[in-house]
Amino acid sequence: MAYKLNVNGKVLTADVDPDTPLLWTLRDTLGITGPKFGCGVGQCGACTVHIDGQPVRSCSTPVSAVGEKKVTTIEGVGADPVGRKLQAAWAEFDVAQCGYCQPGQIMSATALLKAKPRPTDADIDAAMSGNICRCATYNRIRAAIKRASGQPVEA
Amino acid sequence: MTLELTGTSRRGFIQASASAAGLLLAFQIAPKAGAAEAGVKPLNAYVRVAPDGMVTIMAKNPEIGQGVKTSLPMLIAEELDVPWENVRIEQADSDPKLYGRQFAGGSMATPLHWEELRRVGAVARAMLIEAAALAWNCPAGECSTDRGMVIHASTKRRASYGSLAAQCAGVTVPDAKSVAVKDPKDYKIIGKATPQYDTAKIVTGQPLFGIDVRRPGMLYATYEKAPVFGAKVASADVAAAKGVKGVRDAFVVEGGENLSGLLPGVAVVGDSWWAARKGRDKLNVKWAEHPTSAQSSAGFARRAGELAAAAPQKVIRKDGDADQALKGAAKTVKAAYAYPFLAHVAMEPMNCTAEFGKDGKLEIWAPTQNPESGRQLVAQTLGVKPDDITIHMTRCGGGFGRRLSNDYMVEAAWIARAAKAPVKLLWTREDDIKHDFYRPAGFHFLEAGLDAQGNVVAWKNHFVTFGEGPEKPASSAAMGPNEFPGRFVKNCEFGVSTMPFGVPTGPLRAPGSNALAFVHQSYIDDLAHAAGQDPVAFQLKLLGDQKLVGEGPSAFNAGRMRGVLKAVAEMSAWGKTRLPARTGMGVACYFSHLGYFAEVVRAHVDADGAVKPERAWVAADVGHQIVNPSGAMNQVQGAVIDGLSHALFQKVTIENGAVAQNNFYDYPVLRMKDAPPVEVKFLKTAYPPTGLGEPALPPALPALCNAIFAATGVRIRELPVDVKLLKA
Ligand code: FES
Ligand code: FES
Repeated sequence: MAYKLNVNGKVLTADVDPDTPLLWTLRDTLGITGPKFGCGVGQCGACTVHIDGQPVRSCSTPVSAVGEKKVTTIEGVGADPVGRKLQAAWAEFDVAQCGYCQPGQIMSATALLKAKPRPTDADIDAAMSGNICRCATYNRIRAAIKRASGQPVEA
Repeated sequence: MTLELTGTSRRGFIQASASAAGLLLAFQIAPKAGAAEAGVKPLNAYVRVAPDGMVTIMAKNPEIGQGVKTSLPMLIAEELDVPWENVRIEQADSDPKLYGRQFAGGSMATPLHWEELRRVGAVARAMLIEAAALAWNCPAGECSTDRGMVIHASTKRRASYGSLAAQCAGVTVPDAKSVAVKDPKDYKIIGKATPQYDTAKIVTGQPLFGIDVRRPGMLYATYEKAPVFGAKVASADVAAAKGVKGVRDAFVVEGGENLSGLLPGVAVVGDSWWAARKGRDKLNVKWAEHPTSAQSSAGFARRAGELAAAAPQKVIRKDGDADQALKGAAKTVKAAYAYPFLAHVAMEPMNCTAEFGKDGKLEIWAPTQNPESGRQLVAQTLGVKPDDITIHMTRCGGGFGRRLSNDYMVEAAWIARAAKAPVKLLWTREDDIKHDFYRPAGFHFLEAGLDAQGNVVAWKNHFVTFGEGPEKPASSAAMGPNEFPGRFVKNCEFGVSTMPFGVPTGPLRAPGSNALAFVHQSYIDDLAHAAGQDPVAFQLKLLGDQKLVGEGPSAFNAGRMRGVLKAVAEMSAWGKTRLPARTGMGVACYFSHLGYFAEVVRAHVDADGAVKPERAWVAADVGHQIVNPSGAMNQVQGAVIDGLSHALFQKVTIENGAVAQNNFYDYPVLRMKDAPPVEVKFLKTAYPPTGLGEPALPPALPALCNAIFAATGVRIRELPVDVKLLKA
């Protein structure tokens, strides 16, 4: 079936089965490879994208459920001032090790800051614990979120 | 230095090699076809200089998140004397003729390249100076460099590297061993916190990883193997799989019996990975009986107990008379420690893209830690000449030792040939957890004796592990005779017994050490408490006042270990902090991968037994120079949290010959809410710089378990931590 998807402000057509997860539609059909595959079952957050601003696990979201809603991926999140600030903080703190989880981490962090511009540590724990970082860069992820939200960062 | 012309090699190089130093510089006479922009001059295999002064440095080793794509070029750039902003880094292909061994393992990149790559930069700099001196008709000794310029001070002449590079073809290549290198006080790049080169691409989601590779006409593959390692396909409904929309092909791969090679399975190839996955669901594979289909973790534990009841099959260390000393001891402590198999769960599931050209040559894009062994495996299995295989190393979404094995590479190559198309093979997370090279489980039966002053006077360890006899332990399943406190206890006996098994094992970050540190450092804490002594003081006493113990690769510097122990005690205000109820601090230290580490963990244990690590402190001694402090800190923090993750959550269980776990819901990885802040201090000592990917991990486990003991009085003797034991 041909789906018209609004991804990062562009309307793109993907001819896929209705049960195809958004992740594979983006990656294999549309060539948008920023969202990553880590588990396929909603456990790791590597595939996180926004649908109408809400963070979702694209590995567990069938393409047929997207409709005309706006999909934002890591490739497009820099168009948003919050996303851009977070990307800059990620670079400033040199957060990544392997970097594979980081697109998902930044998408979750962007959704967090949009809902809570000055998150507490508990807010960060709650919003970010769905994203695994196997390299365990959690100290720096927390620091980058604090910096992007204008809060002091523990040295 | 010898110059030999290798004009017949496939790229046409003049190679200059200083074989005694193990240094290989390849001086390209013609730019590699297609690789170089116009006017860009290669100075050697690692360095190209463009007319505008931009310098391209090749990153020789696989990048798995340990930061070598940035830190190794930093060594070259420093001695080349170019501003870091003017450096571009390119990932080299696998090419041992040019770059020697290219692998990621053993925290070896820094110790192996500290000298060599600085000298690569220094040689290139000397050539640029020589070119300028020739042009200016002045002695090279009167020229200096600064930020990409050669300068002749007395005549105020300056020339950019970009303008000089073309003239380097004619200059003599200086001897790498004697070329001048900088005084560390003049470093402008080494020792400065430098963000990873790929940062901008990572945070914007640009394609970097193996899984992101796309080739024209590429198909996607999935590969189903037997849950029991190496079992053959009895039957599979390939027709049903082929009936799924988007599936192009499905076929049985016979495979072999070598658990590190191409194993039997069924491949499904499709227009998209999702189509292939759906096809795979229809396969209904029946697996043949296999000799290992009854093995289990429970069975291994039973067998270990039986072996422990008898004498060890081999004694690997015997000092004094441990049995006699135990009889005379004021106090004896007996304990059994055990740890499970572990999987690596690198964040990026195993994948590889393979493409055969019309000429029969094979091109591979692989996230691998060990490309050359992959090349050999593919060549042998498929009968392709090694020289006809090109391996492009992509960034790896984590490695941890998993990608030292190239099983996924040989699968991709086989499937691509059978499917007659470029193929990207991608494993599911379940494939990854069920088909790993596991950190082996192990069992230690310990007995120690203390004298009236609380000194350790006897130590016995019967280690039960896996293998074909104690001379042939399985991969990563061995313990050496110098394991601490061997050499530090007068009456000391280590024995080893092995049991056969059919589980593939291999190195996991800090192999051996990641398990042995837990056992020995927990047991030393055990003994400190039995002696009624402070664990830091007890361990310092055990280390004694010697400096270097042993020689060569087995040397252990007790002085460096005392240094980090004292430092971490100070950082953590050890013994000076009043802690709330069910909160404790634990300490541990360990030497591995040439690095000395001492760590303290503070943990709280809830009434229901849940453990919350609240903070960790690390004192590290990896020599006199940290190459990239930003990456170094990140490695240490990550390794500590990784260790906590092992201790708290991780376990692979074998049942009916197969791995019982499936995905992150039953093989958890520590998450943000459980990640403590990790404070790190690098002590600067007089020793050469060593690596950081691994040695911070091992002490984290016992430091946590010792903290749990301090908080609850419950000694953790089996991993992962069983919270049921910790209920208030
Ligand atoms: S891949 Fe979607 S949550 Fe892991
Ligand atoms: S940086 Fe490697 S998984 Fe997060």
